Amino acid sequence: MIIASINKRLHGANGEFQLNVSLDIAEGEFVALFGPSGVGKTTLLRCLAGLDQPEQGGVVVNGETWLDSAVRINLPPQHRRVGYMFQDYALFPNMTVRGNLEFALRKGSAKKRVDELLALMDLGELQYRKPDTLSGGQKQRVALARALASEPRLLLLDEPFSALDTEMRSRLHDEILRLQRHFCITTIIVSHDVGEVYKLASRVMLMEAGRIVQQGSPNEVFSAGQTSGKFRFTGEILAIEPMDVLFSLTVLVGNQIVRVVAMPSEAGELRTGDRVMLVSKAFNPMVLKLE
Amino acid sequence: MTIDWQPLLLTFKLASVTTAILLCIGVPFAWWLANTRIRFKPVVEAMVSMPLVLPPSVLGFYLLLAFSPEHWFGQWLDRVAGLRLAFSFEGLIVASVIFSFPFLVHPVQAAFQNLPRSLTDAAQVLGKSNWQTFLRVLLPNIKPALLSGTVLAFAHTVGEFGVVLMIGGNLPNETRVASIAIYDEVEALNYAAANFYAGVLFCLSFLILLLVYIVNRKALK
Repeated sequence: MIIASINKRLHGANGEFQLNVSLDIAEGEFVALFGPSGVGKTTLLRCLAGLDQPEQGGVVVNGETWLDSAVRINLPPQHRRVGYMFQDYALFPNMTVRGNLEFALRKGSAKKRVDELLALMDLGELQYRKPDTLSGGQKQRVALARALASEPRLLLLDEPFSALDTEMRSRLHDEILRLQRHFCITTIIVSHDVGEVYKLASRVMLMEAGRIVQQGSPNEVFSAGQTSGKFRFTGEILAIEPMDVLFSLTVLVGNQIVRVVAMPSEAGELRTGDRVMLVSKAFNPMVLKLE
Repeated sequence: MTIDWQPLLLTFKLASVTTAILLCIGVPFAWWLANTRIRFKPVVEAMVSMPLVLPPSVLGFYLLLAFSPEHWFGQWLDRVAGLRLAFSFEGLIVASVIFSFPFLVHPVQAAFQNLPRSLTDAAQVLGKSNWQTFLRVLLPNIKPALLSGTVLAFAHTVGEFGVVLMIGGNLPNETRVASIAIYDEVEALNYAAANFYAGVLFCLSFLILLLVYIVNRKALK
């Protein structure tokens, strides 16, 4: 159970604004902070971890007060028992994978926990490698394992997947979900990827300019109650070719190339390189299950 | 020709002691300088860098004045600690530490500044004290800078002349280091002896620098 309220003055790209957020998160819940960059999501995480100081606020986790500006209680990050995954992973370059995990152990923790995590994250073969020799996805897994090695009461993930390709992301999403359930640990993730939020979080908080403007299940927040019967994709035109009386458009959508047909009236206004939106009614699309 | 090894031994004793002291005070100082947000930081940085641009004789001159028993600082040192720094080996050490300070502090400070802030944050979140973070995360990750700073400071102390001459003079076994001895032998037209000291310094300096570059290249791999 986490109850927090954070008040802090921030300097954003569009001038100063006030971070003013109240959180109430149940134990074991997986919450996403969603919003454009520069609205205070990372600062909020850093305030919870004790790395940044709010001007005013309070943080109570499982009945333990971490921060209460009214009575000047402010636990340093060392005593908060938080697992924090940084955007740049922040692995210690001088230590091996195993060394990074062992460094994270609390006093009196058994070394067995490291072996357990290495096995759980499938890092056994990499355990004696230095972080510089790992790929992005591997570093990410090490960072997650290290955050869990310290037996945190709260796991904070700061855009952990932003530097990875789609396939790797999806694998790590599964991994994180599995671990989050395994340890039943309250987790807050910062993300600006709708798909990620849908997949991971049971609750999403939409943030704008330092405030939470909406919260609920991802379904409630993102579809805002009106699920659309249409598919919409945005893409970039790669080629326009005439085809008898019609035109054929080659469009890059995400990392897929699709070919669609356009009427001359539509094609006349389009040029290669234009951003377009493809809309299609989908009464009855084929639905295939993926592995 | 009998060779007097004393100046060479004295030189390396001076450089070793100076470097050891510099490591103890210079590294924490560089860390502080890299992280501090005090307003007069530029003033501190300028003071640290002064020995880089000042003629050594200027620094030596002021230190000589300050250390002299006529001056309040010299008197105070004599009264409190029984130290007479003018024309003594201890005086040379103090002067060398001041004079070589930027050679150690600059590379180490730059290396501390280049370390991502998230490394410190990560160590703190993992429950490590500032001291543990410093010893086990920060220091090991600036090893190349630490090595080059140490060697530069050492080599610079071996090579200094002006400051030593000003506040140490030319007392055998006390302040007559190799660079002074060379000057002295040349003045006495004793070119063979001067050549010997100069040759030793030349070769040793080259070997030390060579070692640094080899070790640093290995560390980068």
